[in-house]
Amino acid sequence: MNVNALTRHRLFWPVAVLAGLLLANLLLTRGFYNIEMKDGHLYGSLIDIVRFGAPLIMVSLGMTLVIATGGIDLSVGSVVSISGALACLMISDLGDQNAVGGVLVAVGVALALTLVLGAGNGVLVAGFGIQPIVATLILMVAGRGLAQLITDGQIITINSSPYKLIGGGYWLTLPFGIIIVAVLVALTAFLTRRLALGLLIESVGGNAEAGRLSGIRSRGIVITVYVFCALCAGIAGLMVSSNVSSADGNNAGLWIELDAILAVVIGGTPLTGGRFSLSGTVLGALIIQTLTTTIYSVGVPPETNLLVKALVVTAVCLLQSPAFRAKVFGRGRPAGRGAPPSPPSGAPGAPTAVPARDEVDA
Amino acid sequence: MTTTTVPMRAPKVPRKYVPVLVTFCLFIAMFVAGGIRYEGFATGQILLNVLVDNSFLLVLAIGMTFVILAGGIDLSVGSVVALSTMIAASMLSGPSPWPAPVVMLVVLAVGTVLGLGMGAIIHYFEIQPFIVTLAGMFLARGLCYTISTDSIPVSDPLFTSIAQTRIDLGPELWVSPSVIIGLVVLVIAMYVLHYTRLGRGVYAVGGGEQSALLMGLPVARTKIAVYTISGFCSALGGLLFAFYTLSGYGLHAVGWELDAIAAVVIGGTLLTGGSGYLLGTLLGVLMLGLIQTILSFEGTLSSWWTRIFIGLLLLVFILLQRLIGWRARS
Repeated sequence: MNVNALTRHRLFWPVAVLAGLLLANLLLTRGFYNIEMKDGHLYGSLIDIVRFGAPLIMVSLGMTLVIATGGIDLSVGSVVSISGALACLMISDLGDQNAVGGVLVAVGVALALTLVLGAGNGVLVAGFGIQPIVATLILMVAGRGLAQLITDGQIITINSSPYKLIGGGYWLTLPFGIIIVAVLVALTAFLTRRLALGLLIESVGGNAEAGRLSGIRSRGIVITVYVFCALCAGIAGLMVSSNVSSADGNNAGLWIELDAILAVVIGGTPLTGGRFSLSGTVLGALIIQTLTTTIYSVGVPPETNLLVKALVVTAVCLLQSPAFRAKVFGRGRPAGRGAPPSPPSGAPGAPTAVPARDEVDA
Repeated sequence: MTTTTVPMRAPKVPRKYVPVLVTFCLFIAMFVAGGIRYEGFATGQILLNVLVDNSFLLVLAIGMTFVILAGGIDLSVGSVVALSTMIAASMLSGPSPWPAPVVMLVVLAVGTVLGLGMGAIIHYFEIQPFIVTLAGMFLARGLCYTISTDSIPVSDPLFTSIAQTRIDLGPELWVSPSVIIGLVVLVIAMYVLHYTRLGRGVYAVGGGEQSALLMGLPVARTKIAVYTISGFCSALGGLLFAFYTLSGYGLHAVGWELDAIAAVVIGGTLLTGGSGYLLGTLLGVLMLGLIQTILSFEGTLSSWWTRIFIGLLLLVFILLQRLIGWRARS
């Protein structure tokens, strides 16, 4: 059946959900599809979705590769706040906050710090063989304290037009953040889909031992992936703080790790690793952002945002679960015990952390 | 035979007790160091105060220990605490308040049912616990805000009397009823974990779900049970927190799931499941409380140092676990 093949496509459900959300907006929100040109800038709800969604797409992008190796990075939210805090602190110390050179240095230092933090995560995971969820939990817990330490517990406000460009500015009529995201997504897609890197990442996530036997240095790849993820989070942190021209160590990037993981999962990348879909992740992040924007624009009290999110997440995850489809719709692959599609649900990220497996994947 | 104890003369402590022992020694060391450094620190009441201020976290961490021992994780606990305070406060206020005992039962029932539901979805639909409990976290927080976005005070006589009761244990030593409840929950949980079939099942499922299944253990029941227990504990923790703060608020207990996980890990329980003790969890909670107490005695250090210290402690303990794990294999 053709329809069946279509619904099996891994991007089918994400696209359907996004289309459904956009359709709902057509009926519910007046002027949702209006895009205006003001002062040479594009305005409109659709543009806003991409603009405010840029940090989330950024973080989700890095998260996708980490999850593809069978890992998970809980520390991205803290990295977001740390990088924003450091950049804002350095800019606030500048004599002239509009000096492009000084802003570039601040951005460079902040991103360099995120590289170090990412390398720390990577070494804990790949070097010491600690479960990713645990290894990154450390930075997640300590990181917010670190961000508070950088900002001295205050909200640092800055007034720097070059810095403002990153998250709140426009370039060629488009929000600059979107351009950054587009470039990075394209670059990542090129590196992972045109070069062998993506295959290597998937092989590490699929079966680290088999990868090792076929000569893949999983350690280096895993560290690289965590560094990349932290870098993405760092860029997202710059966007977030730039958009509001201030750094809030406590609230910047709060819960973004969870949204990012959701985006990745909604996009069809399994948490067990082994394969990934960049386009799915971008779709997933857009779904989450559209949902948020919809809730605001429809006039539902924003407090119910979380409630709606919970329902959507549950629905998407259930629809993606082979066991659910088999049990409820009675078709699809029979997901009996020990059937290939989903190994027993343990703690996420367990596969890479447990070298001594008691059962071998066929 | 008499002098064979040259390099390895450590008394034979079974390796499985090592993390708990390390936590215990570290706790004692920190307490002694605090006693030397600060005047009026080394008193019994300081220790009891740590319990008084963290009894709700203890209850949460007990539930979390079950889940982690079974190889899962529960991210919803903090939100369920907030939801519990919110339900309690909203039912107790208003023009026709419900009787307090009924309210308590409703709160406990809501938490338990939520845990049961998450456990059932995790098991029957084979979705990762991480994602399911994440959805549960959003759901509970979202429900809080649909009840009210403001803080609701609790003025029920039963709640306020529990909040103000001091149980004297001796000269200048007292605890709150919450501490008693927390310790009773701990004792019951220890009994369940070590002396019942369910407890053995929890360790077995955490050690290896496939093996447990092949051994004929009731894996489904065990997995669902641990999330139900965690849901119940979160609701109870929420009630204790409502006694403590006498208010319900949707922003209560943000990030507590991480504190609970941290307490469990610092207590020596392996996050991969299958190994750990509730006594360790108690020590982990006390440790987190002691860090806060020391920081408040220090005065000059800001509260965000707590997060950094907790993070460093986590790092130390995780590396330690790793080290012990390595030795065990080689």
